[in-house]
Amino acid sequence: MKKLVVIGAGMASGRLLEQLFEAAPGEWHVTLFNAEPRGNYNRLMLSPVLSGEKTYEQIVTHDADWYAAHGVDCRFGEPVVRIDRANRAVYSNSGGAPYDALVIATGSAPFIIPVPGSDLPGVVTYRDLEDTNAMIEAGISGKDAVVIGGGLLGLEAAAGMAARGASVTVVHLMGHLMERQLDPAAGYLLQRDLERRGIKVHCKGATKAILGHGRAEAVLLEDGTVHPADLVCMAVGIRPEVRLANDAHLEVERGIVVDDALRTSDPHIFALGECVEHRGQVFGLVAPLYDQAKVLARTLLGEEAAFRPVQTATKLKVTGCDLYSAGDFAEGEGREDIVFRDPGRGIYKRLVLENDRIIGVVMYGDTADGNWFYGLMKDETDISEMRDTLIFGPAFQGGTALDPMAAVAALPPEAEICGCNGVCKGTIVAAVQGGAHTLDAVRACTKASGSCGTCTGLVEQVMKLTLGDGFVAPAPAGMCKCTDHSHEDVRRLIKSMGLKSIPAVMQELGWKTVGGCHSCRPALNYYLLAEYPLDYRDDRQSRFVNERNHANIQKDGTYSVVPRMWGGVTTPQELRAIADAAEKYAVPMVKVTGGQRIDLLGVKKEDLPHIWADLNAAGLVSGHAYSKGLRTVKTCVGSEFCRFGTQDSTGLGIRLEKLLWGSWTPHKVKLGVSGCPRNCAEATCKDVGVICVDSGYQISVAGAAGMEVKETEPLASTPCEDEAVEIITAFIQLYREHARYLDRPYKWVAKVGLDWVKAQIADLPTRRALVERFEISQSVYRRDPWAEHSTTTETPRWAPLADLTLEAAE
Amino acid sequence: MTGFIDIGALEDIPRQGARVIRTVQGCVAVFRTLDDRVFALDDRCPHKGGPLSEGIVHGDRVTCPLHNWVFDMNSGAAQGADEGAVRTWPVRVEQGRVLISAELVSRPRAA
Repeated sequence: MKKLVVIGAGMASGRLLEQLFEAAPGEWHVTLFNAEPRGNYNRLMLSPVLSGEKTYEQIVTHDADWYAAHGVDCRFGEPVVRIDRANRAVYSNSGGAPYDALVIATGSAPFIIPVPGSDLPGVVTYRDLEDTNAMIEAGISGKDAVVIGGGLLGLEAAAGMAARGASVTVVHLMGHLMERQLDPAAGYLLQRDLERRGIKVHCKGATKAILGHGRAEAVLLEDGTVHPADLVCMAVGIRPEVRLANDAHLEVERGIVVDDALRTSDPHIFALGECVEHRGQVFGLVAPLYDQAKVLARTLLGEEAAFRPVQTATKLKVTGCDLYSAGDFAEGEGREDIVFRDPGRGIYKRLVLENDRIIGVVMYGDTADGNWFYGLMKDETDISEMRDTLIFGPAFQGGTALDPMAAVAALPPEAEICGCNGVCKGTIVAAVQGGAHTLDAVRACTKASGSCGTCTGLVEQVMKLTLGDGFVAPAPAGMCKCTDHSHEDVRRLIKSMGLKSIPAVMQELGWKTVGGCHSCRPALNYYLLAEYPLDYRDDRQSRFVNERNHANIQKDGTYSVVPRMWGGVTTPQELRAIADAAEKYAVPMVKVTGGQRIDLLGVKKEDLPHIWADLNAAGLVSGHAYSKGLRTVKTCVGSEFCRFGTQDSTGLGIRLEKLLWGSWTPHKVKLGVSGCPRNCAEATCKDVGVICVDSGYQISVAGAAGMEVKETEPLASTPCEDEAVEIITAFIQLYREHARYLDRPYKWVAKVGLDWVKAQIADLPTRRALVERFEISQSVYRRDPWAEHSTTTETPRWAPLADLTLEAAE
Repeated sequence: MTGFIDIGALEDIPRQGARVIRTVQGCVAVFRTLDDRVFALDDRCPHKGGPLSEGIVHGDRVTCPLHNWVFDMNSGAAQGADEGAVRTWPVRVEQGRVLISAELVSRPRAA
């Protein structure tokens, strides 16, 4: 077996070994030296480790088992100190290893600006796991951090530290952030987004010194500004690590010079990754490095292969900052720009054209079409035919939206799907056919979408093509197609950014549509009224028809009207009024509902205000049988009449309904109160159920009897009715404040855990505060909508705007 | 037939909402968008007859309240995977008044 020695266990060399073992297992015996005391991990994922979203274990790409399975002799924590070209051997301080072929993959080293104080403790770089851990261990929560360098790496470091609670300032030498990838306009939008999340940005800031006694305390700039800093992170750039190659007298310029086959000036020595220079170019992004690994694997197997660098696209892995850039966007002779700006939504797109071909793309805020533009650029497509609509993306070419599935179906098997990991369509198809039927399984065996994850949608489409209807794509994380923010994010941002109207939410959170859609608008309306009951003005047009018209729409466009009967109790007078109304408005059906109320079915829309007025006159109010709000409190007769009843369950039911009615909730809420464990009110399949027993009240929650049937789970027991009422109110307010729109309590409790809910309710100050916030909200919402809509000014609006049948008759 | 007739004030139609007019050709929903454009469509979803006038209006689209079919109000065409279309009628606003095609006062010709 031939001997291959690899110096450096980075991402490029890891990829090389995979390719080598896959294509020709057993052809090479590999000795792998690494200065870091560990093997391959995904360096791109250090940002999530820094921010706390991932652990080191989750970003390991090759573990000990993998090395063992392929017979790799791992020499981790052993830096190579010398290459002996004459005898074809490398040496560390612990010994040597002979080679038939040697691969230098030493990567690059972070650049440190040699200003006074740069060697103080508290000054770190951002390159490897040690650096990441140093930042984490510095315990930066609540402290000041300065990141020097506003490039990709610096901003990821800044976002990661900010996520850990540090007060972060980015100092950047140039006029705008990420100037190598972005033009000034996009850089400005990025800066604005970062500042909005509390990261301070100081552009045109040249570092003069790092100040401190025995430890970094502040950063002094040339202009005299001093930024306090408990931690300073230098992320100003990298340079190829070429020391070994230099010592071995290989040809070195900026990096180790290689030819198209990745061969250095010594035919037995190859170089790979960030340490190489190929035709005058050095590399810092991962995609070309993976291409190099592919080429080098073939070279080592004696095949012809040539490395041809292609333009790569850049994305910033900072949640909420959507930017995309590829190609060359400098201004120049013969170059033209197409620019689209929507400052209100923070959207900016710019295409740079030359000879009717795209040569550069910069996008900010809405990057959905990035890959499409990139494809046009890579293929050098002539765009003169679609120039008018080009900037609007693929959906506007040819008048109809392109079917993404058709586009994916048309791709050849060798088409690359996952750029980070160099996985092609054929590999994914083979994996799916081999039994990987979930995204996680495909990820595990192909690595597709396992790095930055932006190709996840594409991978899913390939899976769907292969599996047909057998594949169920996981629900997208966003609320709806109008936004990528989840319900939870939107609720959080409404609160933290103080957004108080639907247009403000859509503007500030970058909604992709004008005016949202039928799914997000009702949700936003609810979130806002739950957050700001006193300030927010309900948006009627963002409510589903039933809530807008305060009645249930039926299949023929008529409505059903349900008056409230508190706790299911009524009187002869009320029944008479209901009967009169039913006759007067020719109600086709009168029915008792499942919640112990009377339903008048088949009322015409224009009659609604009139029937409400009549029912109001008899003291009846809306039963909210249509609402995402409190519906009914079902009761039995309890101690008043029942020989088994232990408490006044009817009275408690009425008390609860009078307290809770009118409140809007994420979904409908139904209660049941039974007077004894015989449970005649069926309280144990409600959102909140109370079973009265001799010793008091057993409160259970999170039941269901709709699409799913589920028994309630015990929340609390109390001997005291007042306390029972307080606990139930607090539970409902907790649900109102935390659940996502259209989640019934049982779904929400399953997500947050009953233990958490119990802990909130059990803590007396928390419980009291919940009840207080509920009462504030109810001071606005505990009123009858029927009365508000049956006034003389409102009533005419329920009738048709015009009746043209009369004109026709004339 | 050409010509338009006045059916009421723009202000009488809620923004992102609709009002119905009765015509000899059936009920027609007149919509007003957030930016004060108006559209007129038959008030009947081709799917199961849902009253589109009660749908949620978003941009220049409306979602049927019964089963969430979405229609482009410019063309009346169903969006997404659904197939079908709602008839649209010429409508415009002049000096705050909504004018609709006078076709709606004549009986449809027998086919």
